[in-house]
Amino acid sequence: MDLIIEGIRKASLLIYTLDAELMGIVLLSLKVSLTALSVGAILGVPAGALICLKNRFPLRHFVLNILNTAMGLPPVVVGLFLYLMLSRRGPLGFMGILYTAPAMIIAQSILAFPIVASLSYAAIGSVPPIIRQAALTLGATSYQSAMAIVKEARYGIISGVMAAFGRLSAEVGAVLIVGGNIAGRTRVITSAIVLETDKGDFSQAIALGIVLLGISFCVNIALYFFSRRGNAAGYRYWV
Amino acid sequence: MGLTLNVSGLKKSYAGTVVLDGCSYRFESGSVYAIMGPNGAGKSTFLRLCALLERPDEGKIDFLDEDVSLEHDLSLRRCITLLLPAVGVFNTSVYENIAYGLKLRKVNKAETEETVLNAAEIVGLKDKLRRRAVTLSSGETQRMGLARALVISPSVLFLDEPTAAVDAGSSIAIEEIIQNITHTLNAAIILSTHDRELADRAADVILTLRNGRFS
Ligand SMILES: Nc1ncnc2c1ncn2[C@@H]1O[C@H](COP(=O)(O)OP(=O)(O)OP(=O)(O)O)[C@@H](O)[C@H]1O
Ligand SMILES: [Mg+2]
Repeated sequence: MDLIIEGIRKASLLIYTLDAELMGIVLLSLKVSLTALSVGAILGVPAGALICLKNRFPLRHFVLNILNTAMGLPPVVVGLFLYLMLSRRGPLGFMGILYTAPAMIIAQSILAFPIVASLSYAAIGSVPPIIRQAALTLGATSYQSAMAIVKEARYGIISGVMAAFGRLSAEVGAVLIVGGNIAGRTRVITSAIVLETDKGDFSQAIALGIVLLGISFCVNIALYFFSRRGNAAGYRYWV
Repeated sequence: MGLTLNVSGLKKSYAGTVVLDGCSYRFESGSVYAIMGPNGAGKSTFLRLCALLERPDEGKIDFLDEDVSLEHDLSLRRCITLLLPAVGVFNTSVYENIAYGLKLRKVNKAETEETVLNAAEIVGLKDKLRRRAVTLSSGETQRMGLARALVISPSVLFLDEPTAAVDAGSSIAIEEIIQNITHTLNAAIILSTHDRELADRAADVILTLRNGRFS
């Protein structure tokens, strides 16, 4: 029990004084996850829209099943796969980016893409058909009417992107394998927690844990906000 | 600019059920037409076909500019519009909803603002432009839909039950709007309604759809 109380006390101090090492790890985490999230969103949102809105999209249900499966990809499996690709003898070994931040970003982009694409698909698919009809009656081209639908789904899409961010910031398997947990270069919140716990330096681990919980809390607040904006008139019902 | 709409031999069925069975009529610009008929007679179907949202199984829909038949392309589609009975409200402000057609046509900001304000004034929504459109009442939504159609200055305007959700006062206001645009735009206005009195007052011609044809 003392261990925990002492750990929390020291952890609070680390956070309060904005400890340099702690901040470095947190910033790298955010940089890696947010960059991967951008890549995942830039590719995932159009992909979800295309699968949903394109007439006669080839193998639509097959592609959706793949995406939904990929949503639950175990990060360690992605890490392993990417490790094999990037290792010196692998097909992408020439790039020489194993154990660097770019490798972690690629790994997390792979994790983010199916989540964003699949949730965007669901959000776009739930827009009522009358939106498209209304856009067409007002003179929209088919592209413009598709954009009207995507715009209508924007809160759902943003929620999907936030959900992906939640997954990325909490993920450890992939970044540990392809990043290698090198201090100051590839050490992020989750991989640092693993290491510090191993070493028995609980204060640092607890401090990082608190920050991670804080990030996750913020993501959830944002999710709540966007899902409320998305629901039609936003009336508060009594029951 | 006015267009004449000539419809001939229009047929449409859904899953084997015949809805329209050879509708023909010539709608002239500057006139108001009311289409009446029982529920399920095919009024909405007729309007959707004429507004080029759906293709007929058979028959022809011709928009004529001084007897020249126009191609069914984007520029023609942008001269006509249909106000759907459920309107189709975008989850944005009332202003953005009304401005939508102008945005599609890349109209500049100043002109858009002027046109939107003008249309909102006409339908009596000027004080609600900043509201989220989904919070409007049914009647207000209907009037917003009308404003959204008006900013386009259509040559042919289709209205599917434009007064179904509005109160008596607004219904009269909508009738006046209809009269005005027939004159200012020289548009052909084709509306469906269940309100006999409205049809008598507002329309130059009343058509009844029965068994898939006008009678
Ligand atoms: N997409 C569709 N699939 C199957 N049946 C349809 C479809 N659209 C319309 N119908 C049928 O076509 C018939 C005509 O419908 P329509 O909506 O045109 O009638 P209406 O005259 O507008 O009726 P109301 O006065 O109730 O609005 C109805 O029997 C309807 O059930
Ligand atoms: Mg109808």
